Amino acid sequence: MSDISALSFEAAYDELEGIIARLESGDLSLDESVTLFERGRQLSSHCQALLDQAELRVSQLSGDARADE
Amino acid sequence: MSFTYTISELSLYIRTLFEGDDRLADVWVQGEVSNMKRAASGHWYFTLKDSSAQIKCVMWRSSAERQSFIPQDGAAIEARGYISIYEAQGAYQLYASEVRQVGAGDLYQQFERLKLQLQAEGLFDPGRKRPIPAFPRQIGIVTSPEAAAYQDVQNVLRRRFPLTEVILSPTLVQGADAPAQIVRALRRINDRTQVDVILLIRGGGSIEDLWCFNDEQVARAVAESRIPVITGVGHETDFTIVDFVSDLRAPTPSAAAELATPDRDELRRNLRDLDDTLHTLIDDKRFDLQTRLAAAQRTLGHVSPRSRIDSQRQRLDDWNARLSSAQLSQLTLWRERLTSRAAALASADPRAILKRGYAIVSRSDDGTRLDQAAGTSPGTGLTIQFFDGELKARVEDKDSHERYKRTLF
Repeated sequence: MSDISALSFEAAYDELEGIIARLESGDLSLDESVTLFERGRQLSSHCQALLDQAELRVSQLSGDARADE
Repeated sequence: MSFTYTISELSLYIRTLFEGDDRLADVWVQGEVSNMKRAASGHWYFTLKDSSAQIKCVMWRSSAERQSFIPQDGAAIEARGYISIYEAQGAYQLYASEVRQVGAGDLYQQFERLKLQLQAEGLFDPGRKRPIPAFPRQIGIVTSPEAAAYQDVQNVLRRRFPLTEVILSPTLVQGADAPAQIVRALRRINDRTQVDVILLIRGGGSIEDLWCFNDEQVARAVAESRIPVITGVGHETDFTIVDFVSDLRAPTPSAAAELATPDRDELRRNLRDLDDTLHTLIDDKRFDLQTRLAAAQRTLGHVSPRSRIDSQRQRLDDWNARLSSAQLSQLTLWRERLTSRAAALASADPRAILKRGYAIVSRSDDGTRLDQAAGTSPGTGLTIQFFDGELKARVEDKDSHERYKRTLF
């Protein structure tokens, strides 16, 4: 499984929802369930961290000379 | 001879003439407003005039309420309606249903024409509209950097989804140079970036201010954009051509930013819910497995080798016990038989017979036992065994033996 800290918000969120779906299906051994659960918790923490630490980055393409309203 | 009409009859005739004329049934008239009066009833009464003529106008309240502006004395306007006569005053009037500013008429026609044309080309088809990505990593904005709308959009994005990155492709957003710049700005952001969505935005303004977003080249550039476009131009009620062509129309620039992004607070709530679900699922799993384990253990208890060994052991003890008691009784039986046999044997023992007073007679020469008298001739040596010893004797015939008996005494 991929390194969580490198995942984008969308990738981590999607994987988390996927894990929950698998756990809900109920066909897993306890070992598999615990492994998935731990991964799920880590994904959730990662998503929370991304949300909490994010700062909007703004940049501009060079193009037409100064536009004015 | 001519027929003499009453005024009423004449007026009715004139009215019929007016109302029978197609052109006068729906006409746009241009003129300058004077004597504008808004009655308490809500109806409008005004006069439209040009340099040499004038016409009285009335607009009933139901139409007046829907107009986007109120004509002022001295304003040049265009009014639409039908011509008829107001018999009571002997005057013809324009019964107006609509008014608009001068010049707006041309623009409006252009707008309608282009709209129909692009619609016929299929540029408005719902099937062409692409979905907007749920979690955009980069958002492109096409607008003027000085515009308040640009600041508004940044604020919305900062609040809702600061994970994203904004790239501005600057352009004029009004005036004659705007359409060409907007087209270039859209192409630039498509060619040079990998943004997930483009916001084409401009704050509120008059029809003339927003006119560049009705430009045909701008509309085509939006249709050609590789990247999905959300338009947010003017206010809620402003519809421009680009709004029909774009992948999604927003009522305002800020709304465009909202439609492009998920809300951070909502995402936080969702993550908490997902956490709760995770915990519930793992608890359920553990409980489920514990239950199954307990059931398995019970079943196992019945079929395990240990229990088999134990039960075999018990059977063994059982057998042993039964065997023991069986043996015991058998033993007793044997013992009793043995005893009786021994007794029988003992009684059959020859020595026991001697004890009873019998003697065993045997020939002295060869030791053979004599068990009968016949066949033994006189003179044979005999050994007679008594319980306490032997006697040696000789067989005699009966006659000679009798002499012994008499002479000894």
